[in-house]
Amino acid sequence: MPKITYNTHDNKTHTIEVQNGLTVMEGAVQNDIPGIDADCGGGMSCATCHVYVNEEWLGKLPEKEDGEEDMLDMAFEPKKNSRLSCQLIVSDTLDGLVVNIPSKQG
Amino acid sequence: MIKTDVLIIGAGPTGLFCAHQLGIIGLTCEIVDNLDKAGGQCIELYPDKPIYDIPAIPECTGEELTNNLINQIKAFNIPIHLSERVDEVKKENDNWIVKTNAGKTFITPNVIIAGGVGSFEPRKFAPKECEKFENQSILYSIKDKKIFEGKTVCIFGGGDSALDWAVELSKNSKVNLIHRRDDFRGAQSTVDKAHELAKSGTINLYTKYQLANVNGENKLESIDIKHDDGEIKSINTDFALGFFGLIMQLGPIANWGLNIDKKTIEVDTEKFETNQKGIYAVGDICNYPGKLKLILSGFHEGALAARACFKLARPDEKYRFEFTTSSKTIKNRLGVKE
Repeated sequence: MPKITYNTHDNKTHTIEVQNGLTVMEGAVQNDIPGIDADCGGGMSCATCHVYVNEEWLGKLPEKEDGEEDMLDMAFEPKKNSRLSCQLIVSDTLDGLVVNIPSKQG
Repeated sequence: MIKTDVLIIGAGPTGLFCAHQLGIIGLTCEIVDNLDKAGGQCIELYPDKPIYDIPAIPECTGEELTNNLINQIKAFNIPIHLSERVDEVKKENDNWIVKTNAGKTFITPNVIIAGGVGSFEPRKFAPKECEKFENQSILYSIKDKKIFEGKTVCIFGGGDSALDWAVELSKNSKVNLIHRRDDFRGAQSTVDKAHELAKSGTINLYTKYQLANVNGENKLESIDIKHDDGEIKSINTDFALGFFGLIMQLGPIANWGLNIDKKTIEVDTEKFETNQKGIYAVGDICNYPGKLKLILSGFHEGALAARACFKLARPDEKYRFEFTTSSKTIKNRLGVKE
């Protein structure tokens, strides 16, 4: 199973095996990793599963849909490497992905 | 004090359909919602986005679904108290006393929480110092546009609210419109208008900038904005307005003595009752083994919670199950003429 690393705002690192097909958001929620709220449940409608992706992974991820960039306008402190984790579907190519969870979601 | 059989918190699809189920079985109810319109997340987050998983409706938008649900309860004349948040729920003998932030008080044996993920609040600026000026020179909504006349205003955001206000306030104020990227997501006509005003120098447009800092002693004097490439610009301003949409906060629900886990309320799956007798939770806010956050699940949960309310609202009567197709009583309640 692909391993995803979540760095939480309290400087803790959580490396979790996440099943293919789940989203990076679901991997966090199901494993009780704090800081990802996912209020809308994965519908790209709330921007509360916002993460910063490690630079070396930016180009390797699937491109954002228009709606994702629109939602990121509302995220707390969006940056160039911001993504909504509900839009990142785990697959073998994402094995080793590192995401950083912001200090808050809104 | 308003007396009712059931008080529903939340006018989203689950709350609205739950009210329908109460009307069908002959109970009165009142609905309170913090938003200024009914529909909950459907109307606030995705009014134009299609929904494909409402049984027997192959496709409809959040707005259409909301309008249909409102139509479906019209016959019951259910009062919906909008722009009000329930702040307090307290036990008094066999009843719950429910108070809103607008000063209304309800007395009821049953409270159904259909609150989604809580109440919608505006998203705020990131720098902590902004709190100091909040509601004075840093605002997230506009009640009276006159206060900006002749002043300098910095507007942040890329959606319709930010663009509409930038265009509107540019008539009588000096407007700086600041957004984190070049693209705006508002209506094309408003985006064009804003660009036109920027070109003619009526408004100053700063894209790829975000708020970095606010400065001022007793009142806001200037703000610092930071470009994607790190450059910082200082702008003297009287006001900073943020339009970043709304976020859901659990809010006062956390203080009502309910078993809450990860922003959701634990319920049983027979009555959808919480650990407090007479308080139920349905829709996205409830949690039980196998819970699915779907609108259709909310409908089911509301139907069962409504039946559970009957017992406390009519302790001396026996609830009798009836179909809407065949029951004369139900048809009378719905005002159906045969």
